[in-house]
Amino acid sequence: MAAHTSQSVAKAAGDDVENDVAARGRSRRTDSDSGNRGGSRGAKGASGLRRALGTHWYAWAMVAPVVLVLGVIIGWPLVRGIYLSLTDANERNVSRTIGVRHIEATYEFIGLDNYVDVLSDPVFLQRLVWTVVWTVACVSITFTLGLALANMLNREFRGRAAYRMALILPWAVPGFVSVFAWRFLFNRDNGILNKILDGGGIAAIPWLDDPTWAKFSVVAVNVWLGVPFMMVALLGGLQSIPGELYEAAEMDGASAWQRFRHITLPGLRAVSMTVILLSTIWTFNMFPVIFLLTRGGPGDSTEILVTQAFREAFVSSPRDFAGSATWGVLILALLMIFALVYRRSLRKQGEVW
Amino acid sequence: MRRGIAATALVATLALAATACGGDDKDAAGGSKAGGELSGTVTWWDTSNDAEKASFQKLAEAFTAKHPKVTVKYVNVPYGDAQNKVKNAFSSGSEAPDVIRADVGWVADFASLGYLDEVPAETAKKIDAEFLSQAAASGKYEGKTYAVPQVIDTLGLFYNKKMLADAGVQPPKTLEEVKTAAAAIKSKTGKAGLYLRGDDSYWFLPLIYGEGGDLVDAKNKTVTVDNEAGVKAFKTARDLVTSGAAITNATDGWTNMQTAFKSGEAAMMINGPWAVADSFAGDQFKDKANLGIAAVPAGSVKAGAPQGGHDLAVYAGSKNTAAAHAFVEYMTSQEVQVQSAKELSLLPTRTAAYDQPDVKSSEMVQFFKPAVDKAVERAWIPENGSLFEPLKVEYTKAITGASSPEDAAKAAGVEFRKILKGWK
Repeated sequence: MAAHTSQSVAKAAGDDVENDVAARGRSRRTDSDSGNRGGSRGAKGASGLRRALGTHWYAWAMVAPVVLVLGVIIGWPLVRGIYLSLTDANERNVSRTIGVRHIEATYEFIGLDNYVDVLSDPVFLQRLVWTVVWTVACVSITFTLGLALANMLNREFRGRAAYRMALILPWAVPGFVSVFAWRFLFNRDNGILNKILDGGGIAAIPWLDDPTWAKFSVVAVNVWLGVPFMMVALLGGLQSIPGELYEAAEMDGASAWQRFRHITLPGLRAVSMTVILLSTIWTFNMFPVIFLLTRGGPGDSTEILVTQAFREAFVSSPRDFAGSATWGVLILALLMIFALVYRRSLRKQGEVW
Repeated sequence: MRRGIAATALVATLALAATACGGDDKDAAGGSKAGGELSGTVTWWDTSNDAEKASFQKLAEAFTAKHPKVTVKYVNVPYGDAQNKVKNAFSSGSEAPDVIRADVGWVADFASLGYLDEVPAETAKKIDAEFLSQAAASGKYEGKTYAVPQVIDTLGLFYNKKMLADAGVQPPKTLEEVKTAAAAIKSKTGKAGLYLRGDDSYWFLPLIYGEGGDLVDAKNKTVTVDNEAGVKAFKTARDLVTSGAAITNATDGWTNMQTAFKSGEAAMMINGPWAVADSFAGDQFKDKANLGIAAVPAGSVKAGAPQGGHDLAVYAGSKNTAAAHAFVEYMTSQEVQVQSAKELSLLPTRTAAYDQPDVKSSEMVQFFKPAVDKAVERAWIPENGSLFEPLKVEYTKAITGASSPEDAAKAAGVEFRKILKGWK
């Protein structure tokens, strides 16, 4: 019912929903957080701010170091990155110190030229299209497999712990190790996959040498790496659904599919929305899988936006820092737009975020 | 990436602060020349491959015998990552090596960024007098000498004598002959004729030289990779693979090439002296006499292979430049060069080294020396190294059929002009 109400409200007045949700959300938040919000909005005025500070000074004191650290390791580089993207900084004109000699920076502010360059280059669109395809393919396959495996593991059977261990293993192995292992498996001439196919009388597949197969391969490896996380998260979600619901549904004569459709899926909604969002952001920026498996190749067919940004900054000489920063800012902007749209659509469905 | 830059900047600043404090007393204490005797630590980043590195480490550490107070710290950096690693280390100044082994194509780049310490005037004079002139040219940038040539090389055609004899063919002199030889090898032994490396554009150079072309014309500031000869070279590469004369891979090309050649899966490959030591380790070459080497096959115009090699250079920010230069001098001395020629079949850069019995008796050196004399000198411009990356993308695309030879040549031209701003 709640969903219906907020949906109709959303239609009536978009802004009201925001307040509505904020209010509902706030009631759940901790004290320090609501104080923060009230203060920053300035709704209660200066005296309100002072009162909030006075009441919650300890909270502020505890938060301060974190804010400071975040500011230094995220805020400052971010601001600097945005600034660099508006300049013509490259390896030849940034400041550097060679022994006792210090060379001053000579790069200049050039406005939005870098953005115009990147966006008017057909390469950007090519990379963006493949990045989106790659993200959607990886996330949807990973989620489906993770859900199926979680459901299978969410019942009593002999050796359950062993299965769980085996399925979580890919997650425990360091990413670059798995990717290099896969690279050996995929090797066309000496790889084990083609040796197996050969045994079955099937011609060798150019896993990493053909653009289409290479795309298939990177997706396969990323799915392999991503499924354990999905599975564990969804398994946790499954275990939080009360068993009574299933019992009651069974009494009412609901089929297995109906139970899955009407109890499991709605019950998992909060968890799945979170993991899908996380997984999308991770996959969108999944540098190691692509870089280590194919280096963006063959040619540039598996290059995604982040690997392209790396290429700009670290492969050609002089390294184009400004160009790379531009790619970085664009990637960040795309992800932020995605997160906002996603959040909005969730809100329309009545999810509290 | 954004974070990377800023973090690098931050690290650089911190490192600056740290070195600024520690710099002076280090020079005095660990300093270079106390009473004429060298001391301190020299860190050397070597890029030689797995088959070569043990030998180089031994040679490097033997420097201590001459200068007991100098410690040599040998670090092997895989060639593929080296250019980046060196740049990161040099630009941040922290953990930077004192001496690097730089591909001849990197020297101008590093020198133009101010990373390299000029070679002492005496040594520079010696280089002009005692070294092969093409090798000496690679260490210079804008008239100054920044690096001492350690080894020189070029590409040649490696072949398996027994496999060619079994198929009843002679070592091919042109790419056309490669095709007929490959067909004969295939029908007689079932194996591939040639392994053509498809994931590294350095191996594309003999093809473009063979058609009478080049990547760029540095004198006239013109990009030439996309002219008629360039297109033809991309066509030739594609044709070798589609006709079945050559096998290739888009990834792990070095390992796959060496495996295929050493195990007799491919009868021929195009490679340089640095592959000799590793090839001898393979089953097919237990009898060293089975390895044959010939000039790279000619295209429709001529046979041409690029001049390559490695130079040793000293980091401008090194705290121990005197010892570092002495180390470079030692590593490029005649005795060391003769040793590496003897053990690894690498080509010396000193003219006189070729008169030494150990060098004279090395069949590989004897083959490669005339090849080097005829090798095509590349344009020693700072952008030299960066041209290979976009070229690799297009070369791989052409060779795997992901794009047509014409498109590949055109796209390479576009990328080259982005790197070489203002060139035609």
